[in-house]
Amino acid sequence: MAEAVPPGIGVQALSPSVQAPRLRMQGVTKSFGPITALDGVDLVVEPGEVHALLGENGAGKSTLMKVLSGAHAPDEGTLELDGQPYAPRGPVEARDAGVAMIYQELNLAPALTVEENIVLGTEPSRSGGRIDRAERRSIAAKALGLLGPGAPDPAARVADLSPAARQLVEVARALAAQARVIVFDEPTSSLGRGDAEQLFSCVRTLAANGVSVIWISHFLEEVADVAAAFTVLRDGKTVGAGEVASTGPDHWVSLMAGRSVEELFPRVPHEPGEVLLELDGLSADPVPSGVGITLRRGEILGISGLVGAGRTELLRALFALDPVVAGEVRIAGAVAAAKGPADRLAQGVGLLSEDRKVEGLALNLSIATNLCLSRPGPVLRRGMFSRAAQSRAVADWASRLGLRFSSPWQSVGELSGGNQQKVAIARLLHHDCDVLLFDEPTRGIDVGAKVEVYRLMGELAASGKALLVVSSYNPELLGVCDRIAVMHRGRLGEARPSGQWTEHELLDAATRGADLEHA
Amino acid sequence: MPEVSPSRARVRRLLERLAPLIGLLVVGAVFASLEPAFLSARNLVTIPVQTVVVALGAIGMTFVIASGGIDLSVGSVIALASMAGATVLRAGHSVWLAVPAAILAGALFGFLNGALIAGLRIVPFIATLGTMGIARGLAKWIGGERTIEPDPEAVAPLADLLVKSWTAPGLLITAGLAIFFAVVLARTVFGVHTLAIGSSEATARLCGIAVGKRKVQIYALAGALAGLAGALQLGRVGVGDPTAALGLELDVIAAVVIGGASLNGGTGSILGSLLGALLMASLATGCNLVGVPTYVQEILIGTIIVAAVSLDRLRG
Repeated sequence: MAEAVPPGIGVQALSPSVQAPRLRMQGVTKSFGPITALDGVDLVVEPGEVHALLGENGAGKSTLMKVLSGAHAPDEGTLELDGQPYAPRGPVEARDAGVAMIYQELNLAPALTVEENIVLGTEPSRSGGRIDRAERRSIAAKALGLLGPGAPDPAARVADLSPAARQLVEVARALAAQARVIVFDEPTSSLGRGDAEQLFSCVRTLAANGVSVIWISHFLEEVADVAAAFTVLRDGKTVGAGEVASTGPDHWVSLMAGRSVEELFPRVPHEPGEVLLELDGLSADPVPSGVGITLRRGEILGISGLVGAGRTELLRALFALDPVVAGEVRIAGAVAAAKGPADRLAQGVGLLSEDRKVEGLALNLSIATNLCLSRPGPVLRRGMFSRAAQSRAVADWASRLGLRFSSPWQSVGELSGGNQQKVAIARLLHHDCDVLLFDEPTRGIDVGAKVEVYRLMGELAASGKALLVVSSYNPELLGVCDRIAVMHRGRLGEARPSGQWTEHELLDAATRGADLEHA
Repeated sequence: MPEVSPSRARVRRLLERLAPLIGLLVVGAVFASLEPAFLSARNLVTIPVQTVVVALGAIGMTFVIASGGIDLSVGSVIALASMAGATVLRAGHSVWLAVPAAILAGALFGFLNGALIAGLRIVPFIATLGTMGIARGLAKWIGGERTIEPDPEAVAPLADLLVKSWTAPGLLITAGLAIFFAVVLARTVFGVHTLAIGSSEATARLCGIAVGKRKVQIYALAGALAGLAGALQLGRVGVGDPTAALGLELDVIAAVVIGGASLNGGTGSILGSLLGALLMASLATGCNLVGVPTYVQEILIGTIIVAAVSLDRLRG
């Protein structure tokens, strides 16, 4: 196809009468060895529809999208695009058929302009290899036109654009290649609210222009905002589908988890005791600024907010991994200075990193080594590691935390995400930390393991530990924490009992926190 | 993530550990079949004695590579240390002063490497590429671009360290150090910190490990061992030679890599590195015995290095 016809419209014009769905995936099954990743999944997306694909990590969303984009061939099941059989043998065939994936790691040439990127690799040329600039401009203009007024300037350099605008350039490139179905994979997880709004507006325009969008996101409020229909996957099966308007996030959470909200967040009774940790005006460069927190023994305090608001930075500054520029930390009433993590660990403060694979654990070292890394003392005999003592320590913590492993000497990288997280938590407990800073404690682990981590957090609070928990998943903060405070652009709002928050209020405070206070 | 079945993982780990030994036995068998003299008592003792200098360097390099670093300055530091030792001997002092001087010179350069890497945050490859040139230059400067020839009587005790015998003191010292540092790497806090830094520096920092201090210690240790290797080098040739051990760092790195360490850090075995060094020495001696030209030798060693590293890749 040489000419750039606005894709959705053109396609609709071809099938005016009985409208087949844009995409129908039926009974899609895919196994990898003994593991069944997809088990008879159905997904139907109408033309011009924004369709949210929901599910926990490992539910099969990625595999399903890889089947759609031709990266995996399904073992069973059929795919149809606009009523025509569709069986891509690779990503190139999928793209030619009009299926485009927009990933966070974008494939753009930052030094080139938006226009140049849109036609990259398919530059219209005239004789002698000269680029046909007029044609290029018109292709780019048509593609960008489908995105509405929020579309980026075709003459801008990609390097100068915001992350959201870069995603739009990628979308425009897909549109120039006649995309009919565009898949967004966690498009907003690193976008600020303004950027996300720009993306939403373009996606709505795109849908109005007849292009179908599959939207993968774990921000459920955002899904309610942008999508018209949803499909929920769990354990490789379709467990629910319908119209967004007639349901809501609570319903989706229980569908995704396969259990009621009460079962998902087991309550372990715990009572707040004496004050253990106090922050006064804690600031780092550039965020957070002037954070005050009072945390008691037996209490779980949650911090909500957008990615980039400064929540992780707060925990890192508190743990002395990053420099503190102002403010004071008091532990059990006494001012506690720290030059580095070693000092904080000695004071009984431990950090569970948000990045388990790079920072949280040394993946190619053994469970035993990781467990005892920060506090080797108890397993040393005459200055040398005792394998027997290390094995006993692993067995001991494994039974307390429900860690499943085959040998204390197997590398941590061989464990599942949930078991890895238990090793990281066990290290903090082995260190006898009383103040536990948990950064995204359930990221990338399956539902069953999440429930175990939630219960464990309750049990730790019940045993007198103080927990400060950062999470981007508001339902989990609401389900687990005693109090929640919201961080917005480096400033932490007032901590209120969880019962006084709704998911919507949390998101509101996260996106407009300061404005709300001033209003 | 698919969980690897434990028994299979154990077999794989065992095979990985045995790979350098299997390699050494294969090389030995090939040369023995081509030239029976390869298995003569004389040749069998020559190989380890010739390996000593590389082996000492490889012990230190195992720590450096296990910590995720690299040390290109080893060869130059060996030359510099041999010059330092020779200078002390020529000044009329005994080997009891010359050997510590050589070790100290090496340790100082190792310390400098560590300080550049940990303090100025220069990547190890570049930092040690710089000190490689600096050490070589200093070695030449000390001798006025010539060798330093101490009184043969004074060098004799050092030369005696590497007599061609199974009880050569140099051989026993190297074996003792290898056992000692194998235990240090596997069983002590210093060794585990080294592996942790190499596996994930961020994790090491999170666990309160003083990463910078440890790196300085690791490079200083490697430097000190290179210094000792320099003293033995001085004994072997009888003179301090500023152009000695040219390119030796590559042999040392190759020994460690053949021995199973990953250049990504986090793994490493002293025993494996020694086997790697022996494998290369066997290859060199065997080729000489059979009459294979040097260039074939170079191609063979290069192939083995690539094979060892592709094995590392397969392990993922």
